[in-house]
Amino acid sequence: MNDREPLFSSKNMKLLTNPLNIDNPITVQVLGVCSALAITVKLEPSVVMAISVVVVLAVSNVVISALRKMIPPRIRIIVQLTVIATMVILVDQVLKAFAYDVSKQLSVFVGLIITNCIIMGRLEAFAMGNRPWPAFLDGIGNSAGYGLILVIVGLLRELLGSGEIWGYPILEKLGVYNIGYENNGLMILPPMALIIIGVIIWVQRSRTKELIEES
Amino acid sequence: MKSFSNTYIFVFSTIMVVVVAALLSTAAMVLQPLQEKNIEIQKKRNILSSIRIKSSAKDAEELYEKYITGSFVINTVGKEQKGVDAFKIEMVSQMRKSLEQRSLPVFISSLEDGKKKYIVAVQGKGLWGPIYGFVALNDDFITIYGTNFNHDSETPGLGAEINTDWFGAQFADKKIFNKNLEFISIDLVKGGADPESLNEVDAISGGTLTSDGLEKMLYDCLSSYQTYFKNQMNNIK
Repeated sequence: MNDREPLFSSKNMKLLTNPLNIDNPITVQVLGVCSALAITVKLEPSVVMAISVVVVLAVSNVVISALRKMIPPRIRIIVQLTVIATMVILVDQVLKAFAYDVSKQLSVFVGLIITNCIIMGRLEAFAMGNRPWPAFLDGIGNSAGYGLILVIVGLLRELLGSGEIWGYPILEKLGVYNIGYENNGLMILPPMALIIIGVIIWVQRSRTKELIEES
Repeated sequence: MKSFSNTYIFVFSTIMVVVVAALLSTAAMVLQPLQEKNIEIQKKRNILSSIRIKSSAKDAEELYEKYITGSFVINTVGKEQKGVDAFKIEMVSQMRKSLEQRSLPVFISSLEDGKKKYIVAVQGKGLWGPIYGFVALNDDFITIYGTNFNHDSETPGLGAEINTDWFGAQFADKKIFNKNLEFISIDLVKGGADPESLNEVDAISGGTLTSDGLEKMLYDCLSSYQTYFKNQMNNIK
């Protein structure tokens, strides 16, 4: 314990930044796509969903990491699920109390964070074997990587589908409707979210050497 | 890997469950008043929306005070019941009761043009879960002024269309009684309603079961109010 590494050593920073790009949970690991399709019609629910997942994953990672030596391996999945479920219920209750409209839009998807593979995956793969601080960074990094994609998709779909950003009718104010522009109704439907994620994966893979497979 | 005894596992899980239960019940108790307030505001917004007034979470209470001027509770023979708050009535439990035992809320609203609208509550079953809403009638008690329908878990794009503007707007100026003043409710017609008809609206394509549920909900709920409506019509004459 004497040779403690600094809090923001380059190894620790990698935990934070890798999931944003070359280890992104959605575009590289292709996890958590279900919720990314469902709640990205508008920017606001995307951001709230992203924040919720950040909170759930960061706290669950720290809790599991702190308890990792006490958790009996035979029931570890149950313990992990209990911690995640507790966090998700807390987040859901807080949203219902302080952001009722958004919580209605997200409806069952807040509850479904429990089944988000990213979270179970990080707890099992990282938090069970690392100290709380790296686990915290790993949690923030992975959920931020998830949230980043959510926000990009939400922004594009709201802008192109409803001509608004965060409910503000930006295209109407710019006057593009007067020159014959129309909103693309297809953007509001889930298939377009999948196509946007596909385009993001394409762009990311063509720009990042590490991700280009041989053959 | 360290091995743990069965006793340890039992003790560990017991402590975990107790801690989690304590945490969750504390959170639920602390946040409950705020959540109930939000639900109350949402109900007020739904009522306002049935008289075609758009509100936000911020101005809902103010607009409710302004437009909803009174409320009372009746039973199915049209008699007023004293001492019951119409706003607090849960339609879910009322619709489970037999016809004679139901208490039904009526909200009165006075619009800016001085016209009175009478708002009644409806509650029924959709495909996946409950559907509910409010129907506002003109002061002839025959013509619908506006509606607001809501759902908990209908399919987005299909059954969930019942709370869109286009669907709700179809009900305006439809009549729930025919010329002989017999109760006919509103029919949701598959394949397009006859535009001439006074009691038909378009059902939702792909949302047949939700549409059927909504039609049944309107029939069941409005028919429990019909004695009251008829009494009021006689009073007008």
